[in-house]
Amino acid sequence: MTGTAKTNRPLIGAVMMLAVLLIAPHLFYPVFLMKVLCFALFACAFNLLLGYAGLLSFGHAAFFGSAGYVTAHAVKVFNFDPISGILLGVAVSSLLGLVIGWLAIRRSGIYFAMITLGFAQVVYFLSLQMKFTGGEDGIQGVPRGTLFGLVDLKDTMSMYYFVLVIFLFGFWMVYRTINSPFGQVLKAIRENEPRARSLGYDTDRFKLMVFVISAALSGMAGGTKSLVFQLASLTDVNWHMSGEVVLMTLLGGMGTVLGPAIGALLVVTLNNYLASFGSWVTIIIGAIFVTCVLAFRRGIVGEILEKIRTLSPK
Amino acid sequence: MMQVFGISIQALLGQLLIGLINGSFYAVLSLGLAIIFGLLNIINFAHGAQYMLGAFVAWMGLTYLGVNYWVGLILAPLVVGLFGIIMERLMLRRLYHLDHLYGLLLTFGLALVLEGLFRQLYGVSGLSYPIPDVFQGGVNLGFMFLPYYRAWVIVASLSVCFCTWFVIERTKLGAYLRAATENPELLQAFGINVPLMITLTFGYGVALAGFAGVLAAPIYQVTPVMGSNLIIVVFAVVVIGGMGSILGSIITGISLGLLEGLTKVFYPEASGVVVFVIMALVLLIRPAGLFGRLK
Repeated sequence: MTGTAKTNRPLIGAVMMLAVLLIAPHLFYPVFLMKVLCFALFACAFNLLLGYAGLLSFGHAAFFGSAGYVTAHAVKVFNFDPISGILLGVAVSSLLGLVIGWLAIRRSGIYFAMITLGFAQVVYFLSLQMKFTGGEDGIQGVPRGTLFGLVDLKDTMSMYYFVLVIFLFGFWMVYRTINSPFGQVLKAIRENEPRARSLGYDTDRFKLMVFVISAALSGMAGGTKSLVFQLASLTDVNWHMSGEVVLMTLLGGMGTVLGPAIGALLVVTLNNYLASFGSWVTIIIGAIFVTCVLAFRRGIVGEILEKIRTLSPK
Repeated sequence: MMQVFGISIQALLGQLLIGLINGSFYAVLSLGLAIIFGLLNIINFAHGAQYMLGAFVAWMGLTYLGVNYWVGLILAPLVVGLFGIIMERLMLRRLYHLDHLYGLLLTFGLALVLEGLFRQLYGVSGLSYPIPDVFQGGVNLGFMFLPYYRAWVIVASLSVCFCTWFVIERTKLGAYLRAATENPELLQAFGINVPLMITLTFGYGVALAGFAGVLAAPIYQVTPVMGSNLIIVVFAVVVIGGMGSILGSIITGISLGLLEGLTKVFYPEASGVVVFVIMALVLLIRPAGLFGRLK
């Protein structure tokens, strides 16, 4: 393979992906696709933390869900337009990420996971008890609003392309972060933190920064999702949601750019098809977790990349 | 009626009793987690599900086979422990050479499977397990009413905690265990069967969860989700205490239960989050946990 062809590969991939995403709503149910895009963004944001910085957060639903509530409330009660609503949600989830991250990075490994899970539970309790979240009912009937006073988002196709733009923006942010000097430092921290520190990097600052970026993007996904479904509810702040995003990332391939999005597509599809089978969703999701950990830890995309790498001549 | 800060002493003591009971469960569960973590270096996310399993095994034994409480109290932990041993042999064993996070993910998956299975079979509405006849009623202590069964729960959990502490800190078996925690290779070189020890330790830690589940069955409703909410609090307890010391886990568990009870009296809205607030404070002041040391 020649040098130019190799450098063009990500570009070709991006163009193909864009083409598929543009045509998709004409072939599939758009609301389903929007759900996939929201969760794909959520999983990509999560992967930034787990796959590139090696930090397993078990409380990412806190950011996803809280932004959902804030966006829904801002749009419904304060009459914010959709973009400002989502931005307010992002601001709140970033702030939350700053506080939780600041506390959680004091420990690493499994303690980090337990701590984030604990703080996410606090967010869950608050969502249950605070007035504006509507308790068990959640915030229902959230208006989608109009974009710049021009595009009515009640129209499903307009909404789809709006969500697509948000997803692409978020995906691009993740991609840029990974492929920046900042991203290189993150990988160094993941591989060997003491060594990164001995090279003069303030690893805690890097970890906190990536935690906040990840929380912010998760919030963007959560806020968008509350507009798509016109609903913000306790499901999105529950620990099951934190577990699901871990699964999406693990299944698709942690530490790969595209993996989490593929994982999100699969998990959302699974949820949709099994929704009427009661608790079988939980059982199957649990079983996939076990299978992933035991049999293919690189995830789907990771395993494919590994195959290509071993097959292609050096 | 006597009052403290405008709250009747009965209400205060009643909540403290509930706190003490919750604290006993926290103690037994965090003790199990700490033992498992010490030897296997994994955090067992399925601990809550195994606690639930213990309660269900006891309930199923009573309902389908007529097995009474006392037999259930012995049998259920054995069944749950056996389940743990199978789980360790078949799955966890393959992950020891990997990052500890995989152990967490695997046990999380198993917790989901267990919870989902029981939800599919029994729904989410609770099943009740009758209080055994011996413990019907209670005693009036003059300042409060103490149901016998609740007293028994506290006595039973504390005895189990104490026995575990004694075995680990004061016997030869415990010495092997502590040695295996420090340096498994060296211990194996002395001819001790470390893999077997790991399996049995995991089984014991899991059995503790099952034991707590049986104790809890007559107090709380037996439901498939009874473990998952509890385990998150127990994780916070473990972060607060640090997993370095057996006695530390017990003390932390009980004190946090009491603190939760006090919060219920003075500021009920915060009772669900008080443990996590303490966790945040401990992270600020002593990140390694009250009894832990940073590795």
